[in-house]
Amino acid sequence: MAPAFILTVIFKYIPMYGVIIAFKDFSYSKGIWGSDWVGFKYFEKFLNAPNFEAIFMNTLKLSLYGLAFGFPVPIILALMLNQLRRQGVKKNVQLMLYAPNFISVVVIVGMVFIFLSPTGPINKLILLFTGHPVNFMSDPGYFRTVYIVSGIWQAAGWSSIIYVAALAGVDPELHNAATIDGANLLQRIRSIDLPTIKPVMAIVFILSAGGIMAIGFEKAFLMQTALNLPTSEILPTYVYKVGLKSGDYSYSAAIGLFNSIINVILLILVNFVVKKLNEGEGLY
Amino acid sequence: MNIKPTAMDRFILAVNRLLLACIVLVVLVPLIYVAVASFMEPTALLNKGISFHLKDYSVEGYKLILSNKAMVRGFLNALFYSGAFALITVAVSVCAGFPLSIDSFAGRKFFMTAFVFTMFFGGGLIPTFLVIKQLGMLDTVWAILIPGAVNVWNIILARTFFKGIPRELSEAAKVDGASELTIFLNIVLPLSKPIMFVLALYAFVGQWNSFFDAMIYLENTKLYPLQLVLRSILIQNQVSPEMLTDRAQAAELKRLSEIIKYASIVISSLPLLIMYPFFQKYFEKGVMVGSLK
Repeated sequence: MAPAFILTVIFKYIPMYGVIIAFKDFSYSKGIWGSDWVGFKYFEKFLNAPNFEAIFMNTLKLSLYGLAFGFPVPIILALMLNQLRRQGVKKNVQLMLYAPNFISVVVIVGMVFIFLSPTGPINKLILLFTGHPVNFMSDPGYFRTVYIVSGIWQAAGWSSIIYVAALAGVDPELHNAATIDGANLLQRIRSIDLPTIKPVMAIVFILSAGGIMAIGFEKAFLMQTALNLPTSEILPTYVYKVGLKSGDYSYSAAIGLFNSIINVILLILVNFVVKKLNEGEGLY
Repeated sequence: MNIKPTAMDRFILAVNRLLLACIVLVVLVPLIYVAVASFMEPTALLNKGISFHLKDYSVEGYKLILSNKAMVRGFLNALFYSGAFALITVAVSVCAGFPLSIDSFAGRKFFMTAFVFTMFFGGGLIPTFLVIKQLGMLDTVWAILIPGAVNVWNIILARTFFKGIPRELSEAAKVDGASELTIFLNIVLPLSKPIMFVLALYAFVGQWNSFFDAMIYLENTKLYPLQLVLRSILIQNQVSPEMLTDRAQAAELKRLSEIIKYASIVISSLPLLIMYPFFQKYFEKGVMVGSLK
């Protein structure tokens, strides 16, 4: 117990205390406590910054679109996998679909750069059809699409595990009875399989919606190029740049805190809404 | 009893199988492409792309990688970080998970709340960075191994597992005069090999694939893990000069940079992709145990 608790205090709770530098003019010589209070100066600075709206909307759009497309795919995949009757085939298909989950984000982004480069394999195909190569990585218009599609490619299989397991619990007698009543497969999926996994869907949805503003810093950061910044600059990458690149600790901490607070509010809000829609079944 | 599927259902099932086959192809083709390209002769790869002539194949990419000090060092560093990180994570998670699984443990609620709270709110990048800096951990391996070792998710996994161990076992031991510590060491731990294995696997894979902590906490390139070396090759397009040892010319660099990328992707992903099928059921177990509250 002790080691975990001490580590949590040092690396989680002390930084939470350290967050007060967002309200101070942090300087090394004075330390966290000794630095001068400046109140909401840095929050106002960020809210009035010319790039605030762009960065905020980028973060919101990237996550919302990511959730809108990334959430249903694993569910559909699980429903499809569930229809494979031969267990051996099912196991092998799952084995292959899960594999990309184990590839690191650096390698995934590296592969994205290789495949989508103006001379890469995808553009060779595009050339065949249209004659014009598309420069995906330097066109801000493609950033979100590339980010989300590669994300689904990597994670959809793995995310379907939890639904596949829930579907395994469906009583086959229900399906038999419905078949006798003349329901076809799609109707049975809609009225037997889907309701079975609904509670799992609710939990997964709350968790991912709560993390909406906490989208992966790493992938967006790696996918950034000088030219796609108009859409690829998001709050976490901006925090990193302001804080560790320019050394503006207090400003960066303020932006980070702003981001965390929106997260917590969203989590509470989504949990509340899902609870209402889901007959009182929420996460808490 | 199994009811014979109707013609309609058989049609839907056939479409389903076809779609799944397409999905499997979409997932596998990029991986196979990278693997095949990594075995091409560099010039052939640059000029023709993937070809199916035997003479266009070579292992030059791999020779370059293996003769590159930064890559080899990164690989060994990553091996060390991942192994050590897995051990520390398992030890910390199990030690925290056990008391939390005992209903009679007085501070259970308090500690659980203290842990779970950190899942939803944190100090953020800069305050955490300042703590690490203050502790003098910057540019040391400790910055990689220690701060991430407490993972609330892991503690919950361990706790859930311990809760599944029949309480009668430890109660019987208590009657025989065993202390909680003896029970933990002699009864609970030996039964917990599966969960410790799952936790270790996740920690190993997570550490192997991570680059962020190393990027912000390490400056000494000798300490760089593999992913950070990969980042400079794959994303920043910096094939380090030492990679080309005695033949460092710009044209040569252009000729070789593609093959180096493909080969380094294979080398870095291979350990996990090879071990994953054998451990698939353990990885899946991690997902399932974690989903039970």
